[in-house]
Amino acid sequence: MHNILAIWQREMKSYFVSPIAYVVLTVFLFLFGLFFFGNLAEVVQYTTMMQAQFGQSGQPIDVPAYVIQQLMRTTSLILLFLIPMLTMGLFSEEKKRGTIELLLTTPVGNFQALMGKYLASLTFLVILLAAGAVTLSPLFIYGQPDWKPMLAAFLGMLLYGAALLALGLFVSTLTENQIVAVVITFGLGLMLWLVSVFASSATGATRDVINYLSVISHLDDFIKGVIDTSHIIYYLTFAFVGLFLAYRSLESMRWKG
Amino acid sequence: MIEVEHVSKAYGGRKVVDDISFRVKKGEILGFLGPNGAGKTTTMRILTCYMPATEGTARIAGHDVFEESLEVRRRIGYLPENPPLYPEMTVDSYLNFVARIKGVRSNARKARVGDAIEKCNLGDVRRRIIGRLSKGYKQRVGLAQAIVGNPEVLILDEPTIGLDPRQIHEVRSLIKGLGEAHTVILSTHILPEVSMTCSRVVIINNGKVVAQDTPEGLAHQMKGAERISLTVEAPAAAVREKILAIDGVLDVHAEEKGEVSTCSVECRLGSDLRRILARQIVDEGWGLLELRAVSMSLEDVFINLITQE
Ligand SMILES: Nc1ncnc2c1ncn2[C@@H]1O[C@H](COP(=O)(O)OP(=O)(O)OP(=O)(O)O)[C@@H](O)[C@H]1O
Ligand SMILES: [Mg+2]
Repeated sequence: MHNILAIWQREMKSYFVSPIAYVVLTVFLFLFGLFFFGNLAEVVQYTTMMQAQFGQSGQPIDVPAYVIQQLMRTTSLILLFLIPMLTMGLFSEEKKRGTIELLLTTPVGNFQALMGKYLASLTFLVILLAAGAVTLSPLFIYGQPDWKPMLAAFLGMLLYGAALLALGLFVSTLTENQIVAVVITFGLGLMLWLVSVFASSATGATRDVINYLSVISHLDDFIKGVIDTSHIIYYLTFAFVGLFLAYRSLESMRWKG
Repeated sequence: MIEVEHVSKAYGGRKVVDDISFRVKKGEILGFLGPNGAGKTTTMRILTCYMPATEGTARIAGHDVFEESLEVRRRIGYLPENPPLYPEMTVDSYLNFVARIKGVRSNARKARVGDAIEKCNLGDVRRRIIGRLSKGYKQRVGLAQAIVGNPEVLILDEPTIGLDPRQIHEVRSLIKGLGEAHTVILSTHILPEVSMTCSRVVIINNGKVVAQDTPEGLAHQMKGAERISLTVEAPAAAVREKILAIDGVLDVHAEEKGEVSTCSVECRLGSDLRRILARQIVDEGWGLLELRAVSMSLEDVFINLITQE
């Protein structure tokens, strides 16, 4: 525990002295804000139009809910791009600098090194999402939207991000080149994103399996404000598998030298 | 304290460390000497649990480096070939981090870090960013990192590389000082370093131990026999040719000055060829003006050992 904390702290500091953290944070907030206000403007325009056509009797639509749903779908894509940048350096940088030789010859176990780093990347994700949540504050200033579905959406985003982070962590144990780590993580992430395309041509059980594998299909319920344990289990399993592979990869690194 | 028994390491079938055995007693400073690619770094990586041996066992303080790697890691300080530094950290925070992951308790950490900084002369740069330090300072930070946990065993891969002469001197006396309370293995190419700091030398070449002794013992062992200086009244080329034909002669350097040639004859270890040489020269009918055994420096021993076969 003690070692995990030490690694976590070092990792957090190194995030914030490198430009990567600020670039990721800035790009995320910029895109998040852009799409938020874009969606908001669109909905407002749409409702005004509807009101003009049907008067007050028109179907009232839940503006915040609609905006959040659109926004979260976009956010999942933004995260798919940005998350590989948070994990690319975690191990590949240590390999390149030779500091891995320090880590693996001190009493820090592989598991502790792994968890320290994973938790650091997770913390950064939380910061990212929290900053995004703050951007949504205008909704609360100009109305009383239901916060529970929003919380569900953010929880889903966090779980989805946690899964991708574990994947990225695994990939970064494989190479000492950060660019390679980014590209592979992004490629794998995209594959798990688009896998549902194949579902349409499949049938029966195959189709269900493909749909189950898709990293994005499990996000929809969260975005709609529904928290379903089966989806939580999916993301946690995903993260666990990623961490397990990363652990095995670290162990085998000792063998290959 | 350190026991290495029949350790081998192969990379893809090629043995780079081949059946190495040696022991280091508590308080000893062992110099690990060998040319580039001899397998020094590889052996040290095995000892520090960074990677396992293909064959053989190694124990540190009675703990097997493979079976009880955690126990071993608690007891060692390791300076890898390339100092393992985080360039974005300051010297202070880096050493604190290392002390922390080496299990130094938080109340003792400040003192231990201060001690390491003082020993490695890093006081002036302790608040500087490591990435902006000069190479020699980085090497010193690497050294400080190895000693910060006050480990029983220090394993230092070329500790004085990149340092200026004064620092080399200081680091050597530091290592000598450490040798009183710690057990040290250091690798180097620099021969005087071994005679100055080490109580014992292991020379390895192509992954095999070719000699182990005290530095004096090694130099002594060779004395008088392995290099012979000759002054002969004959053409250099002819002398060279005749002497090279003698069994046990490894190399001959001959120089002609007027009527006489001076030669330096290198012979295989342990073979005293003085009589045979003298007879050969007399048989040729040349005038033998001087024949003298030259005592070899550690450097000569080293070159001699690794150029055999
Ligand atoms: N990861 C690796 N894969 C394959 N071969 C390796 C690997 N690491 C080292 N070697 C080989 O093992 C041999 C011994 O290398 P090692 O680094 O132990 O030598 P060294 O004695 O430390 O040399 P130097 O004085 O140059 O530091 C070399 O021939 C090297 O090419
Ligand atoms: Mg080396």
